[in-house]
Amino acid sequence: MNNDLLFDFNVDKAAKTVYITREFNAPQALVWDAFTKAELLDQWGAPAPMRAKTKYMDFKVGGRRFYAMISPDGQERWSVQEFTSITPKTNFKMYNTFADKDENRELPGSDWDYNFSEQNGITKVSITIYNESLERMEKLSEGFRIGFTMTLENLENLLATLSQKQ
Amino acid sequence: MKQDIFQAISDPTRRAILTLIAIQALTPNAMAEKFDMTRQAVSKHIKVLHECELIKPEHSGREIYYHFNAKKMQEFDHWLAQFRQNWETQFNQLDVLLSTIKEQKK
Repeated sequence: MNNDLLFDFNVDKAAKTVYITREFNAPQALVWDAFTKAELLDQWGAPAPMRAKTKYMDFKVGGRRFYAMISPDGQERWSVQEFTSITPKTNFKMYNTFADKDENRELPGSDWDYNFSEQNGITKVSITIYNESLERMEKLSEGFRIGFTMTLENLENLLATLSQKQ
Repeated sequence: MKQDIFQAISDPTRRAILTLIAIQALTPNAMAEKFDMTRQAVSKHIKVLHECELIKPEHSGREIYYHFNAKKMQEFDHWLAQFRQNWETQFNQLDVLLSTIKEQKK
């Protein structure tokens, strides 16, 4: 799907940085909302069949999003995202750390920098992830592995159902 | 605490050591000589590389030769590929969501 949309994923191991760029066939304001509003983030922010659940999100500088990735067997992996800089519609930065269910953070975390730009109705999102501890990232991806063999069919069905209800 | 691979390979000297022993296993003394470093400095680097399993020691008589553990680097690359796959999956989900929202707005 959307094979004509750019997807770049580069890793600079020495600089401990991951660069991700992706284009979306939607206006910038909508894509911005999808990345910054909890009710939208929870609908795509974990690879199926994992799901994301935001306990609360206070999208302002110094504010936090406290959320979990939940596996099909009910295991929850909590994270805290602290917003360190916001330029509406074009950029936001956050500091991401894993946490326990009581919001105690497990430092160190990683710095995330999101950039948004639009051209001809296509919105480009560039993400830079810096200094994530490999072991912590690996820990997170362990849970994700469950998801690889599954299709996205479940989610598409769910979204279709939801959109009919509204 | 076990060493983090990112941490291990972020150091230029350690990268140079890995490059060198990928070609040929070396003793700590040989490394010290090639990099013009003290034995202590080499030992520190070896400790970091060994703890994250990027190098493997092999005893040969009284000497210890360190080998490059290519398998560990492959595991790391494999993990990165999965991390990339996660993002691809999520972005495809977002494509679906965005088109659903756009449809609703029409």
